[in-house]
Amino acid sequence: MEYIEIIIATIFVNNILLAQFLGNCPFLGTSKKMETAMGMAMAVIFVLVMAGAMTWLIFNYLLMPNKLVFLRTIAFILVIASLVQFVEMFLKKSIPALYAGLGIFLPLITTNCAVFGVCVLNIDKELGFMPALVTSFGYAAGFGLALIIFAGLRERILLARVPKPLQDTSIALITAGVISLSFYAFRGMV
Amino acid sequence: MAKSFASEFTKGLWKEVPPFRLVLGLCPVLGVTTSLKNGIGMGLATTFVLLCSNILVSLLRKVIPAKVRIACFIIIIATFVIVVEQMMQAFAYTLFLDLGVFIPLIVVNCIVLGRAEAFASKNGVAKSTADGLGIGLGFTWALGLLGAVRELIGTGSLKGDVFGLIHWDIPNIFGAAFEPFGFAVQAPGAFVILGLLLCAMNLIPSK
Repeated sequence: MEYIEIIIATIFVNNILLAQFLGNCPFLGTSKKMETAMGMAMAVIFVLVMAGAMTWLIFNYLLMPNKLVFLRTIAFILVIASLVQFVEMFLKKSIPALYAGLGIFLPLITTNCAVFGVCVLNIDKELGFMPALVTSFGYAAGFGLALIIFAGLRERILLARVPKPLQDTSIALITAGVISLSFYAFRGMV
Repeated sequence: MAKSFASEFTKGLWKEVPPFRLVLGLCPVLGVTTSLKNGIGMGLATTFVLLCSNILVSLLRKVIPAKVRIACFIIIIATFVIVVEQMMQAFAYTLFLDLGVFIPLIVVNCIVLGRAEAFASKNGVAKSTADGLGIGLGFTWALGLLGAVRELIGTGSLKGDVFGLIHWDIPNIFGAAFEPFGFAVQAPGAFVILGLLLCAMNLIPSK
């Protein structure tokens, strides 16, 4: 029951893109086409769950006992960067089909603030291991959901006549605002 | 020399001002700009990291092997982010709490890594200093502007300070009858107002 609550809270109520503003660069960058949005969403879910688990273990079993908490930022970014590299190599060797799908999106994830942000938030909220894992998955799924909705809308906007100064990023941001407004309806659910 | 220094500096302030002209580093732009105070605080913290990392990257540009340069840049940036984090916990604790997760997030801000890769790793120390300072201050005024607009519409007044040095307190700019428009300081408002500001910037030609 507790986990269902976490899932709903992280996907809808505190959606990582629309309510917490993390991961906005890939949100705007990879949402012009449905295909790239799907690829990015899958890659984020995959990496974020693994990164959430790894950083939690490193923080609680390596940094905490040795009183190195202040090294958190540098330790996490190194873990995420090497994890992404490792996942890329692993997929290339053993699951080439998945690699072909996710390939180009994996390196981009290192600088995706959603991944780093969720790892830091898990630690800040002092979650246990399983709740941290479920939270990471929920945030990643929320990221994917918002990205895919947004990509669908942007494909439609391409067909519309938009005034020149509003074109491209400007109208995309306003659209994101409207989606964010609709996600506001979930407030108070959990 | 002095001329190129000035042009690198002013370029960041207007022609390439980060969130408006180069759409990079949007997370802090949207996340912390609920008030003028938070916008400027975040901007200055980023400026510090950008300036220090630009200088160090530029100094080490001939030593860092090209193959592992990105990893080196990230470590340099992360070091300065930790410095900012520790300093803010010591001297600006309330601001640190307001900005929350966005301070450690400077490490994945694309602007900082982007300048290290695109500029500091190819240019001398003086030019890189000017570039870091210019882009950083450009980012600061952009964040400040967005914060001010959101605070004005959302609460009707401006109130705050920068590290306890400069204070401002302007109540009820639109008169006492103004009904604060809470939408502006909440999440959806951030997207819509930034979108409208971008539109306004597009109307002004960048030359």
